Parts: sequence; structure tokens; C-alpha cells
Amino acid sequence: MASPMRFASVFAAIALVLASCTGDGGDENAISMLIVFGGEEATRFEEALKPFEDESGFDVQIESNRDANAILETRIDGGNPPDVAGLPGPGPMADFARAGALKELPEEVTQVLADEFADTYAAAGTVDDKLVGIFAKVSLKGLIWYNPAAFSEAGYTVPEDWAGVEALADQIKDDGTTPWGIGLESGAATGWPATDWIEDFLVRQSGPDVYDQWWRGELAWTSPEVKAAFEAFGKYGTDPAYVDGGPNKELSLAFGNGGDCLFAEPPKCYLVHQASFMSGMFETNFPDVAVAGETYDYFMMPPIEFEALTASGDVFGMFNDTDGAKQLMAYLVSAEFQEAWVKTGGVLSANQNVSPDAYPDETTREAAEILLNADVVRYDASDLMPAAMNDAFFKAIGDYLQAPDNLDAILAELDEAQASAYGS
Amino acid sequence: MDTLLMAIVVVIGVPAAVCGYIIATEWVLRFAGPNARARIRPWLWVLPAFAFLITFMIYPTIRTLLASFQNARSTEFVGLDNYVQLLNRDTFWQTLLNNALWIVFFTAIVVGMGLIVAVLTDRVRYETVVKTVIFVPMAISFVAAGVIWSFMYNFNADIGTVNAGITAFGAEAVPLLLESPLNTFLLIIVGIWMWVGFAMIILSAGLKGISAELLEAARMDGATELQVFFRIILPLLAPTIAVVATTIVITALKTFDIVYVMTGGRYGTEVIGTLFYNERFTNRNIGTSSAVAIILLLAIIPVMIFNIRRFRAQEAIR
Repeated sequence: MASPMRFASVFAAIALVLASCTGDGGDENAISMLIVFGGEEATRFEEALKPFEDESGFDVQIESNRDANAILETRIDGGNPPDVAGLPGPGPMADFARAGALKELPEEVTQVLADEFADTYAAAGTVDDKLVGIFAKVSLKGLIWYNPAAFSEAGYTVPEDWAGVEALADQIKDDGTTPWGIGLESGAATGWPATDWIEDFLVRQSGPDVYDQWWRGELAWTSPEVKAAFEAFGKYGTDPAYVDGGPNKELSLAFGNGGDCLFAEPPKCYLVHQASFMSGMFETNFPDVAVAGETYDYFMMPPIEFEALTASGDVFGMFNDTDGAKQLMAYLVSAEFQEAWVKTGGVLSANQNVSPDAYPDETTREAAEILLNADVVRYDASDLMPAAMNDAFFKAIGDYLQAPDNLDAILAELDEAQASAYGS
Repeated sequence: MDTLLMAIVVVIGVPAAVCGYIIATEWVLRFAGPNARARIRPWLWVLPAFAFLITFMIYPTIRTLLASFQNARSTEFVGLDNYVQLLNRDTFWQTLLNNALWIVFFTAIVVGMGLIVAVLTDRVRYETVVKTVIFVPMAISFVAAGVIWSFMYNFNADIGTVNAGITAFGAEAVPLLLESPLNTFLLIIVGIWMWVGFAMIILSAGLKGISAELLEAARMDGATELQVFFRIILPLLAPTIAVVATTIVITALKTFDIVYVMTGGRYGTEVIGTLFYNERFTNRNIGTSSAVAIILLLAIIPVMIFNIRRFRAQEAIR
């Protein structure tokens, strides 16, 4: 009786000890990284990281998940954040930094940003005088894409100023086609291209200072400037005569397919307001038809009262200041990495040392130049706002498109959201 | 390699640990008198399960309750502020209404259809085939069902089956998931599609438990099929229907995946599950999200009480 008992107890003890031993291996050479994009983009990203892995001997373990908010929240609270992560935007980045989760980036990274990057990006990544975020890739917003072949066939010319754009839109409408193509669907972020429209209008109608007040939460959504921006977008966005398919199609159509109408035979739209990455979408969706410069090209959305550009980017931050993480962050801002990544297409770099020849086509090269040389560049406002405000903004787009007459009520609700979002 | 080692340890170690624990308790019990031994033993055996329950259920519930009285970052107490703020939101009442719609329609139709299918297939030769076909959707995840039906409801008639049907009749495509309250009902249909199989299987088992002689005797006495159904089958199936209904009601209250995947809670489809998720992970508001969770807990309590009462009644019969 004693023997089997003792044997079993000893066995159980050993089993428990073994169990506690197989805890974390603690691989010293691994850097854990969470990114928000997946599929082909992620594959290209991994490829661009290879030189770093080979040189430094670190192994970057990439996890890809669009639901960055939830994952980061849980992992940070659980004391187990990834070493490096792609953050949903500068707004959440500021939240994390103030909560102490994001670590300040090393001196060498700050140096590279100061020397090689366009000013606005160093500022956008700084919270309370500490640099916490870097922009591994950027995109220029406020481009109006069009199909040059379709234009010449219909006898249209690229407008010189905003009045010209409005006149062109009316002319296209009178000729029997809807001028604009808009795709807003994007899962939980549905509506974001429309927020780009509104931001572009606001900064061009009311100026960069008002724009800054707006995203800082100092300007009410019910103020005349914001309302004017909404209405300027709504003039086209809520009217089925101006947008292919009308608001219903806008909300159901994935943003990547928003420009498909440009290539239809006959074209179902002639103008698409989107960011610089859209060229990548055209090439993917219409590999045979889309040719840079011939069947797709762009002109910048002209100034209205003020001249300004909007841009955004993918911001990365560091949660654990391990050696590997610091080196990885330095690599992500280096011209070497930026060149490797822009070669893959549809991506712009804010690093001035990236050779223009790295860009695969003329359209992206031009966009990069415009971005680096612009006088007034503002980062995408909704990305700068706290996550809750951003979310409310997206929801408001859906509400506005379904009931344009409710604009005042919708803006009032946004004011309420603003009060609680900026409070905490 | 790490994972394999851990798997081996778990498969061998867990039973070994359990055996070791029982041997240890027996050794402890040697110090108690023979009468006490029989009384203490059950409590010692239940102790590990209790520990688990307390750690993973009781403690988190208490913490959530406390957090619901604190602010967004759980740094200070704010009393009933979170609840007041929630109840003042118009959208919150819409959310509760949506949950009510789910509870009523989801439960009624799942149980109803499950019952009808169980009864109809009971005496048919191809019973197994029909049951398998209806049960298959239960094998996939809510998310997969959400994705499948997103395509079915797609606004583009080239992709969306429903709109393809609508446009085939000459009407214009309808943005199905954008129109409230139609969209909530469409989401409920997805849930029904998934869960009818569950109700059907359990009700069918209950049905087969009804003595065939009883039914035959009734038929010989001249009862019509409808009378047999309403006067004999239904009363005898009542306990089984209660079991299925309570499970389905709880599922209705737990709804999250379908709504989150298909509309994200937008366009008036928000339910308590998606509200909690958005408050916790998008708005990073621990106070409000905990308040939502507690409200959900309060809503489930009546169902739980009903379930426990029924349990006790059944145990009493034994």
C-alpha cells in the first residue's frame, strides 16, 4: 500500500516541476512585432526586413492582426506587450505613451528623423517632448485620380483650381455620368475615406490653424467651419446624381474598389478622391488595363481659401526597450529599409535620403516629391484624434450618408462624443 | 519543441497530479475519526474545482462589479455615474431593444422550427439525411457564418444572392445591412440558420423518448395528428423544450460575433456584446464597459434562476 502511494506522489511532484520548467524559453534573439496589415503587404514587409535580420542576427517574429486596438490593450494590461508594434494612429499612440506603455526611442532614431525626415513627421511622433512613434511608411492624401484616356475621349481637361473641379463635376453630370467614385467600406473603420474628404475641405476652407484646433478637440463639431466641410463633402457624397451608385453603394463598396468605376467600359465615374496608395489598388484590380500615366493619373485637390496638403502614415512604436527592438526601430527609419519598401509599390517614404529612382513608377515618385516639398502639410486629423472620437467620426459618416438632413443632430452627437473622448 | 514537451507534460502530468492529490487527501484523512472522514472527504475532493471556480469566475465577477463603479481607467470611484450615463444614452435603449428582439425572435423561431423539423422527420425514411443537412451549420464558427452571410446580403447584385433574387424580379437592389430594423432581423436569420440544428437534435431525442405505445393508443382512439401533437407530444416534451429554450435565450444574450463581423454594431444593430467590446477596446473605457457587462449579468440572472429551479424539480422527481 505504501509503495504505490509513494511512487504516485513522487511522480506527481516531478510532473508539476517539469510543468513549471517549460515556461517561457525567453529566446534572446527574437523580436516580437505586431503589424496591422496582412496578406501581400505583410509579405513584402517581411521581405524588406530580411537585410536587417541577416545583418543583426535578430529574428523578427511578425504577428499580423487588424484588430490592433483589442490586442494591444489586452497585452499591455497583461504585462506582455509586443516589442514593436504598428499602432492604429498617432491618437492612440499618444494614449499609450501617456499611460507609460510606449518607451522613448533611442537618440539615434531621433537624429535620423531630425536629419532625414520631413518636419511634420518628427512632430507627429512626439508626445510631451519625447519621440515615441516613427512613420515607416507614409501616404499623401487629397489626390484626385482620373483616367486620362477616358478624359480625352470625353473631351475633359484637368481643372486648374477648385472652381474648375466643381465645374467639371457638373459638366460630367450633365453629360449623363456620375462624376465621382467613392468606396467607404472598411470593416470597423467604414467611412474613413469620407473623413479624408472632410479633412481636406476643412484645411482648405478654414486653414491649418483651425484644422489643428479641430483635431485637438478645441473646436466644436457644430461650429460653422466643420459644418461647411461636411456640407462640401455632402454636396457630392450624399447625392446619387454625383456619386456612382449613391450613398448605399458607397457604404457597401470596399475602399480598395472605390476607383473601379474609372476603368469600366463606358466609365461609370471620372474622378476618385483618394490617397496615394490607390495606384497599388488599381494595379492589383486591373492588371491589364491600369497603366500609370495612360489610364490612371492624378492631380492634387486644389486649394480653396488656403493651400495645404494632408498626409498620413503607418506609425510604429516600441513597448519593450530591448536591444533588438531599438535596433529594429533604427532600421525602420533608415533610408536602406525605406528604399527596399517603396520599391514594392504604392508606398511613399518621408525620408529625404531615399533615392527617387527607388519608386517603381512616375506617379508615386511625383507624389513623394510633392510630399517632401510642400509648405503646409497636416497629418490626417481623424488619426490624431483619440480612438473614441475617431470611432464616433466614422459612425457619423454612416449616419450622415443615410440621413443628410440630420446633419445638425449628427454634429451635436459628435460634440457629446468629443466631451467624453478628450476628457480622460 | 517547447510545445510538444508541454503537451506531454500536460497529458501525463495532469492525471498524475490528480492522483497525487487524492492520495494526499487520503493520507490527511487518516488523522480524522471514521465518522468525520466520510463527511470531510467530499469537501476535499471538491476543493480544487471550487478553487478554479473562485479564481476564474467569482473573483473576475467581483472585480468587474467594482470596476463598474470606477472611472474609465479604474483609478477612482465614481459611484453610479457609469450606469446613469449609459441609461441616458439613446443608443443604449436601442441596444437593449435589439437584444430583446434577439431573445424573442431568435428563441421562438429556433425552438419552433427545431420542433417542427423534429416532428416531421420523425417518421420519414430520409430522416438522417435531412437532420444532417440542417445540423451542418452548427459545425462552423459564428465568424465563418457571418462572413458567408455578408456575401449573401451584399448590396452588389453580382455578389449578393438575396439582391440577385430581388433584382431578378425587376426591383432595385436593397442595401440590406444598412436599413434598420431590417438588418437586425437579417442578423437574427443568420443565427437561426446556425442554431436550428441544435434545437432539432435535442427535441428529436426527446421525441423519441416518448413511448410509441402511448401515441399508437391515442391514434387508435381516433385522435388526429394535430391532436396527438398538441395534447400528447407537446406536454411530454415540455421539459426538453425548456432546456433548449433556456440555452437558446442565453445564446441570444451572448450574441457578439455575428453582429461584429457583419455590421460591427453600426446602422442600429448594436447589441450588448458589441457595445461591451467597443467600450472596452476602442474607447478604452473600463468603467462603462464593466457597467455594460454587469447589466448583461443582471439580464441573465432570471434565466439562470429558472434553470436552477427546473434542475431542482427534476432532481426531486428522481
